[in-house]
Amino acid sequence: MARFTPDNLELAHEIISRYPRKKSAVIPLLHLGQEQDGYVTNEAMEHIAELTEVTAAEVIGTCTFYEMFKTHPVGKYVINVCTNISCQLNGGEELLEHLEETLDIRSGGTTADGMFTIEDYECLAACTEAPCMQVNYRYFHRISNDEVDGVLSDIRSGKLADTIPEHGVLQRVRQTIPAGKLAGIAPPETVVDAPVWMARNEPILAARAAAKAAEEAAAANKATEATEANEKGDA
Amino acid sequence: MATNAYVPHAAGYVDNEGPKIVSSRFVHDDAFLLERSLATGGYEGLKKALTMAPVEVHDIVRDAVLLGRGGAGFPAGIKWGFCPPGKWPMYLVVNGDESEPGTYKDRLLMEMDPHQLIEGCLIACYALGLSQCFLYVRGEMALAQERIAHALNEAYEANLVGKNILGTDFSVDVVLHWGAGAYIVGEETALIESLEGERGMPRLKPPFFPAAIGLYGQPTIVNNVETLSNLPWIMVNGADEYKKYGSETSPGTRLFAISGHVKRPGVYEAEQGTTTFRDLIYGDNFCQGMKGDDELKMFIPGGASAPWFFPEQVDLPLEARPVGAAGSMLGSGAIVIMDESTDAVKACLRVVRFFARESCGKCTPCREGTTWEETLLRRIYDGHGRPGDLEMLLDIADNISPGPYPGAAWEEQGVEAIPFPPKQTTICPLGPSSVAPITSALRRFRDEFEAKIPQRTSIPVSAS
Ligand SMILES: Cc1cc2nc3c(=O)[nH]c(=O)nc-3n(C[C@H](O)[C@H](O)[C@H](O)COP(=O)(O)O)c2cc1C
Ligand code: SF4
Ligand code: FES
Repeated sequence: MARFTPDNLELAHEIISRYPRKKSAVIPLLHLGQEQDGYVTNEAMEHIAELTEVTAAEVIGTCTFYEMFKTHPVGKYVINVCTNISCQLNGGEELLEHLEETLDIRSGGTTADGMFTIEDYECLAACTEAPCMQVNYRYFHRISNDEVDGVLSDIRSGKLADTIPEHGVLQRVRQTIPAGKLAGIAPPETVVDAPVWMARNEPILAARAAAKAAEEAAAANKATEATEANEKGDA
Repeated sequence: MATNAYVPHAAGYVDNEGPKIVSSRFVHDDAFLLERSLATGGYEGLKKALTMAPVEVHDIVRDAVLLGRGGAGFPAGIKWGFCPPGKWPMYLVVNGDESEPGTYKDRLLMEMDPHQLIEGCLIACYALGLSQCFLYVRGEMALAQERIAHALNEAYEANLVGKNILGTDFSVDVVLHWGAGAYIVGEETALIESLEGERGMPRLKPPFFPAAIGLYGQPTIVNNVETLSNLPWIMVNGADEYKKYGSETSPGTRLFAISGHVKRPGVYEAEQGTTTFRDLIYGDNFCQGMKGDDELKMFIPGGASAPWFFPEQVDLPLEARPVGAAGSMLGSGAIVIMDESTDAVKACLRVVRFFARESCGKCTPCREGTTWEETLLRRIYDGHGRPGDLEMLLDIADNISPGPYPGAAWEEQGVEAIPFPPKQTTICPLGPSSVAPITSALRRFRDEFEAKIPQRTSIPVSAS
């Protein structure tokens, strides 16, 4: 457990290659570490630091800022119950209480068998579908207490294994850029010129500049004519 | 049954009467697949853009007065013009961090029609000469991430993204990036910090906005998912057609999420400017009235950061200017409806608790202030409030956002509207946002707060 497995290491290199600077890959790599071990281990953070050429302290600094990264083991299934305003108005708190009673843990806690962790969560962007919750970041909308009980037993019996992967797994479909299709990713300091297609602007910008110059010349002409006329009038 | 974890259909979206600019494909379960997208006009906007010069594309977006849908409502075409000329490379960062309480629209756009979003990104990159696009999706949205990943894989395969797109000289990479749970990362400079692998703490602005100094110190355009999802339609149909919908200063449509105590909560595409809050709450085409036909007590017009409105404000149009003048904002199109049964103190506490939890801690007035606000409200709500707590609450709020805080008028009491936006002593607007529920609730429902604070009765001294 800990450092990236050879497969994940390959994936890590692929992820890093998509960013102009390696450090940008820190968060995706922390997710990869969490996916591998169920939480982010110190060894994974050290490995990420090596791969992205920053210090381990910087990786820990980033890691600890974000709610989703767990630096200690949590349940196989993390249940986030939204109790924010729209859900509060439609039973979010009662849903949380029901879960706490059923699983006999408080929010933030994990069941003794290591199956479930409950979290009292902020808005999940399903506000019109209150009350709502996520299990390992998969949504359940307008869910009743009875339905929650059903979900818990379905998870226990393995019925939902296909829809809800274990904690840590976010994307079962990943982005892959086929070789030869990549436009090219370069560190910012190596890019000095405008992208080639911007040359298409040149004729238009030139025409616009010419039109503007002509307009200004016409306006200037008019102004001199006007002053001349004025002067004549004065005379 | 709720075991349907992958809510496959656009759950929450209501396909009502009216123009459909961004939600036209939501009626198809498979709109996230390239095949369906192409069969329904997908990537036609990009093809059209590629027949024009980049500046011409930019001109169309400017003419369309496409207002940003992330919260601030700034016109995209004008923001695009702020990039300093000749400073390369420039980047596009797509803000898909949707986490403002009450807001539910970007997730739908990403889950249901990722190709429309990708096409919008490509149009923006083409128009401005952007070198790379990062699609920053909120960490908690696993399905959105998977669908975008899938859509990008299809688009790369079909030569719609990447090198020499559709055989032209236009090449750009679109990379899926995902967060890890932090509301503040939705703020554009925090988003950039996060994308650089840092803690998601906002940068001080002004003087430098991301358009001048952004990702890796380079000019960077940050746009919201919904903003960009409008671009394909605008390219195909033109700015004039777009301006036929909505009002002059707020053209087009928006996705509004209406939640809380209404009969038919949901996400609706509605014309801006010409639709009113009353239409949304009571209209047959929208929410069809209050749940249980109860009376409306108050509503939040634009996400948790917005000062509250009351029954007197329901006839305001969904348009930035009048809503701002009336003391609040349209923000992220999140409307939360609360009926008479709602406890104003409880609602206020919940929203404030959110800001206290999500404060990034970079500046003192917000870090300390939001925590104190929550502590005071908690003890008032729990019945342990002390005399003077309300004054202390307002005093703390004043340290975060000095001066009279924006809010709605209350004619009956001779209270006038204080226009948006608030002042701030903080680095970003999160701190001041925590004041919105406090001043909104206290101005209108002070009696509810006072009723919860135990009154000290004097101990009788017996006269001997
Ligand atoms: C605290 C805070 C949170 C924000 N959260 C989001 C968000 O989740 N999504 C979003 O698009 N914009 C959010 N914004 C607004 C962004 O800073 C930015 O204005 C927006 O992404 C610009 O895109 P637009 O011009 O297309 O609207 C937030 C702003 C603040 C101050
Ligand atoms: S106002 Fe709050 S969230 Fe914003 S920078 Fe300051 S501490 Fe962070
Ligand atoms: S308030 Fe619960 S999902 Fe938004």
